[in-house]
Amino acid sequence: MADARYTRDHEWIRLDGDVGVVGITTYAQSQLGDVVYVELPAIGKQLEKGAEAAVVESVKAASEIYSPVGGEVVAINDALEAAPAIVNEDAEGKGWFLKLKLADPKELDALMSAEEYQRYVETIG
Amino acid sequence: MAETHVLPASLETTPLHALHVARGARMVPFAGYEMPVQYEGIIAEHLHTRAAAGLFDVSHMGQAFLIGPDHETAARALEALVGADLVGLEPGRQRYTQLLDEEGGILDDLMVTRSADPDEDGVLMLIVNAARKAEDYEHLERALPPNVKLLRAEQRALLALQGPSAAAVLTRHAPDTAAMAFMTARSTRFDGIECHVSRSGYTGEDGYEISVKAIRVRAVVERLLGHPEVKLVGLGARDSLRLEAGLCLYGHDIDTATSPIEAGLAWSIGKRRREQGGFPGASRILRELELGPARKRVGLEMEGRIPAREGAEIRVEGAAFGKVTSGGFGPSVGKPIAMGYVESRFAAPGTAVFATVRDKELPARIVPMPFVPHRYHRA
Repeated sequence: MADARYTRDHEWIRLDGDVGVVGITTYAQSQLGDVVYVELPAIGKQLEKGAEAAVVESVKAASEIYSPVGGEVVAINDALEAAPAIVNEDAEGKGWFLKLKLADPKELDALMSAEEYQRYVETIG
Repeated sequence: MAETHVLPASLETTPLHALHVARGARMVPFAGYEMPVQYEGIIAEHLHTRAAAGLFDVSHMGQAFLIGPDHETAARALEALVGADLVGLEPGRQRYTQLLDEEGGILDDLMVTRSADPDEDGVLMLIVNAARKAEDYEHLERALPPNVKLLRAEQRALLALQGPSAAAVLTRHAPDTAAMAFMTARSTRFDGIECHVSRSGYTGEDGYEISVKAIRVRAVVERLLGHPEVKLVGLGARDSLRLEAGLCLYGHDIDTATSPIEAGLAWSIGKRRREQGGFPGASRILRELELGPARKRVGLEMEGRIPAREGAEIRVEGAAFGKVTSGGFGPSVGKPIAMGYVESRFAAPGTAVFATVRDKELPARIVPMPFVPHRYHRA
């Protein structure tokens, strides 16, 4: 698997073949607090880059999660239905949200590397 | 994910600000103050409060004294603005009430305490909401007769110690707080530090609110945190605790568009006041007491896992008959809960309704409040 790429809205995407695994960052989950529900899209849904892909419900608020690139939803993480707290425990691993068949893998180039995202978080932290 | 907010530069802080930061709080703007929303996490802090004891910094709230020549004069002056019977308030007793406007809407809700000390006859202590204190004080000063003065207690901090272990913990430092009953108050010493303590709170649990000079509050907090039963709790869990306890949050569940009767606060309108009137909005409030209000504040339990939050429509058979005013996840209930207003014909517990979230109609049920039983220490 390739290295993850990051958005300014705190999503990550990691390419596995021509499928990208998408979730929210460790920083994002720490800002949201305890996650109590994740609303995931239907499999087969076409998402434009930047479109609303999911909604995370924390104790305090609902937050929209945007698709880092365009593509078709080919899988969602069913484990989050019974145990949404996985997002808090392992946001960039077991707490993934969905898998996208990328429309155009070149869109990844516009996203941040891990180092760039780290620096970005420090500027807003 | 939505942008994280940047703290505006002009926020006020409480005397415990540095302690919050040192103990890992995430600070957020609230009512003009930079306040801790959470330390280790809202759910953990919420559950700890119900299991042991949570310590809250609520120094942002407005503390003030009304000072008149005698109790009856001070009490009558405040009675002109609220629906509670304050003349009949005994020394050392506390009462919940609301400042009312001429239409019977709620300008703020507050706690009123009559000093237990005979040397303080004519003194009423007020605790008002942080976001409303400037307006409240202006309103009071406009209305008070010349012989009753408002004194802002700006040099005082306020703590809340809440939960089943609160009494055992506080008693180690202030033994005379053990025998206090719910909604009573007294002056005491906490390891020698002068405090004013009431047995009350905003969580549904037994507990205390402790008013202490700002320069001494850190000592009190550090000693309380020395007990393993006590953990700091932020505003996030304060909100989920009060929601489960069915308690109103000003600006959300009550405001100038709601009357105390619609809000289910009829119990706070004194018997003598109902007979005599003489408070703002009395004609509407007395009419609603007699005939019932057109709409009522109710509890909602969601059937599924998605919370309905403030602003969500409450629908019955495809039409909107109300709105959610507070909603979220109830950590002790283990599911999403909400409160809101519905037309009175739909207010009966058990009524099946829908709450609209992201254009979907989610099934919910009207339920009695509180969602979690109150555990106050009644005499």
